[in-house]
Amino acid sequence: MSRRVMIGVFEREEDTVAAVRSSRAQGLKVLDVYGPYPIHGLDRILGLQPSKLPWVCFLLGVLGASCKVWFEYWTTATSWPINVGGKPWNSLPAFVPVTFEVMVLFAGVSTVIAFFLTRRLFPGRRAVLPVPGVTDDRFAVILEETDATFDSDRVRAMLQGFRAVQVEERAEEEGR
Amino acid sequence: MAEVYSVLARPLIEGQKTMTQVSRDVFSPMDARPTRLWWAAFLTSALVMLTGFTAIGYEFNKGIGTWGLNRTVGWAFDITNFVFWIGIGHAGTLISAILFLFRQRWRTSVNRAAEAMTLFAVMCAGMFPLIHMGRPWLAHWMFPYPNSRGSLWINFRSPLVWDFFAISTYFIISATFWYVGLIPDLAAIRDRSSHGWRRRLAGIFALGWTGSYRTWLHYETVYLLLAGLATPLVVSVHTIVSWDFATAVIPGWHTTIFPPYFVAGAIFSGMAMVLTLMLVARKVMRLEHYITSRHVEAMCKLILATGSIVGLAYLTEFFTALYSGNPYEGFVFFNRAAGPLAWGYWIMVGCNVGVPQLLWFKKVRTSIPVVFVLTLLVNVGMWFERFIIIVTSLQRDFLPANWSSYRPTSIEIATLAGSFGLFFTCFLLFCRFLPVIAVSEVKGVLNIGRQPPAPHAEAAPRPVPAEGVYA
Repeated sequence: MSRRVMIGVFEREEDTVAAVRSSRAQGLKVLDVYGPYPIHGLDRILGLQPSKLPWVCFLLGVLGASCKVWFEYWTTATSWPINVGGKPWNSLPAFVPVTFEVMVLFAGVSTVIAFFLTRRLFPGRRAVLPVPGVTDDRFAVILEETDATFDSDRVRAMLQGFRAVQVEERAEEEGR
Repeated sequence: MAEVYSVLARPLIEGQKTMTQVSRDVFSPMDARPTRLWWAAFLTSALVMLTGFTAIGYEFNKGIGTWGLNRTVGWAFDITNFVFWIGIGHAGTLISAILFLFRQRWRTSVNRAAEAMTLFAVMCAGMFPLIHMGRPWLAHWMFPYPNSRGSLWINFRSPLVWDFFAISTYFIISATFWYVGLIPDLAAIRDRSSHGWRRRLAGIFALGWTGSYRTWLHYETVYLLLAGLATPLVVSVHTIVSWDFATAVIPGWHTTIFPPYFVAGAIFSGMAMVLTLMLVARKVMRLEHYITSRHVEAMCKLILATGSIVGLAYLTEFFTALYSGNPYEGFVFFNRAAGPLAWGYWIMVGCNVGVPQLLWFKKVRTSIPVVFVLTLLVNVGMWFERFIIIVTSLQRDFLPANWSSYRPTSIEIATLAGSFGLFFTCFLLFCRFLPVIAVSEVKGVLNIGRQPPAPHAEAAPRPVPAEGVYA
């Protein structure tokens, strides 16, 4: 199924933010915004949920740390206990440094992997940009033309009022 | 908030750059053919690197006996170089992670190169424990894997094992952090290049990045999390390095001051190395508008602060030696300042405590040639610090009959030179093939310190900013 979208292209962060805010206020559906750097506070204006990746980080960190504590205990106290300088088999304080490192390793690497998975970023994926230049010096605001009430002339004028350098309408495949 | 402008009076990036200009300034050196200067530097460092590798090959063939170590001084040049390089690496993480958490937005101009420096420094550092093993082909024994030796596990109570885990984790997390930061820039390279191979390679590594805000939102979260993880990590890594010494019962090593002392020293030497590299890079690659005297000054202040902490640590060590009443501890410190290696000790004090004090003066901080010489001296001083700590604590131990001296052999000196060769070869390749400045981050701070533009006539009225936020 295809849908019609209107794309407003901006050169400045302020204009982009103002256009998005105005669109949201008028009840238009902002599908996405593209840009060369993250605009702070845009997530609130767009009403996006905060990322859940901190949970991945926390849980995998805890998992990594607990696996490591278990492994160190198992190797030094159960599998082959070796007396090192008369220290107890289960030298918990001496296990702290490695446990910490493994926790950081698990938490960090798994967060990045989870990020790639949730945003479907993988080597060889073709990047489909809405307009050229959004990775360089342009911002693009994608509005969905939802139904007959979408007055494209009025919306176009609104986007141009915020100094859009280019406004275009096109049909695109959904779920891209 | 988009409407809030910084109260900073001076812009972070000079020259009123637009986003297009930033891309051009940073990416265009990659399009041009390498200059003669680059080739000269590259070939020299590659040659030095090969010399170092030849020395290492000789050492693998003959054994550790090719080094100047003896039964009294069992650790010297090699471990000095290890601690030196790992310390260099720490400034990169300080800039990329710690200053990010403190919202020091000037870091955006230097963080990419500093992180790259971290990676290469950790590579150099990692090489030394490996070659010190004597039988480096058994290095995988450090890893706790089920084995046919009865499943003999590694000793998790040993600081050397902690070190192995710390350095490996540090390298992996630093590389991950660096790569995640590179993704938006790789996408920009992909979209602007016409070259087939560069477009294809950048496209593969950019992972299909489009700059969608739904992705940026997660990206920023990931970046923050990695910064939050890397910050305690960098402290833990050098803490663990210092435990290699502090858990031993050797006078001069066995002190609780070592972790903070080492961490401060690491950041001190690393900052000096970042500055050395950046001062050259800004000149050679014409990035004076990005790495401004303000960036240089900020880093100089960090050098001054950490250098003073190091100076305080030297004093504290002496005080403790005196106040503890421990004759062995007292002797080691007397031996450091007045023994056979006193010349090294005083180079260390002069370069690490004396020289940085010049940075109190703004005239010094803003003079690029003076700062350049100063950073070189700091690195010399910090190399000597590790050498003095390691060798003077060992050379005169409890039994005077065992007293010995240490001289590095040509093989050891070639290995040290080779590590510099490796470092600079990697760094030059990085300058050639990757953007030395985090373009997407710099674009985000272009407006900082600028006056907001006058609202356009047809545009909707700009929301009234909170009081006092305009510069």
